[in-house]
Amino acid sequence: MTPGMAPVATPFFFYLLSGLAVIGGVLVITRRNAVHSALALIVTLLAVSGLYLMLYAPFVAGVQIIVYAGGIMVLFLFVIMLVNLERTVKERQFNRIWPIGVVAAVALLGLFVSVYVKGKNLFPEPRLPLAEANNTQEIGVMLYGNYMFAFEIASLLLLVAILGAVIMAKKRI
Amino acid sequence: MAEITTLHYLVVAAALFVLGVIGVLTRRNVVIVLMSIELILNAVNLNLVAFSRMWGNLHGQVFSIFIVVDAAAEAAVGLGILIAFFRNKETINVDEIDLLKW
Repeated sequence: MTPGMAPVATPFFFYLLSGLAVIGGVLVITRRNAVHSALALIVTLLAVSGLYLMLYAPFVAGVQIIVYAGGIMVLFLFVIMLVNLERTVKERQFNRIWPIGVVAAVALLGLFVSVYVKGKNLFPEPRLPLAEANNTQEIGVMLYGNYMFAFEIASLLLLVAILGAVIMAKKRI
Repeated sequence: MAEITTLHYLVVAAALFVLGVIGVLTRRNVVIVLMSIELILNAVNLNLVAFSRMWGNLHGQVFSIFIVVDAAAEAAVGLGILIAFFRNKETINVDEIDLLKW
């Protein structure tokens, strides 16, 4: 088994990808047009997938691109086209009580920052990097081993979601 | 800042989480509220994968796959509900979805 390459230019890629993700997040919550928000969310999802690749998680990165950016966001875009009202673009975009929401979110951010500053030394150094070559096999072994019950429940959940979505969106039941 | 530690990823995930919370609490368009919920779930996923890297095992990654599955199911059902509601009352503003109010 060939050894992996040493990581190259890690801070540059980290700051690039996380900057893309946060800028995409800001664009999601501030755009007037819902299609623009959906496209910004796609940018965020792809940037987060790149961050997963940096964290030695290629299978989760692939699942993120295929399922999230390729499935869920396409579903969002379809529904945006279906409920596309011209008048919503010209209306008020934010709630009447938006300052309370922003204050609550900033308080939450303050809580996160205080936890991270206080517990800065609690996080041990990353152990030896997980070998990427058999990441998918290892995840498969875990899914069918430890997490077999959760796997079956997830497939049942998907079945129920398919039924629910089709019935909710039908014209006549 | 030459060494990218786990804490860097956690801070990025916290930023995405707070942006998603602001989107859920302040926007009037239902579709954008649902997209903000997806932002929150992605922040949690990033946390899980960062901790999975830190501890050196794969439990965090497997959990994040389950979260992606759950987000897909929830987005499908939520959007189905939105379509069903839109058919009755031609609005997608959260303020105007108040048929159950007293």
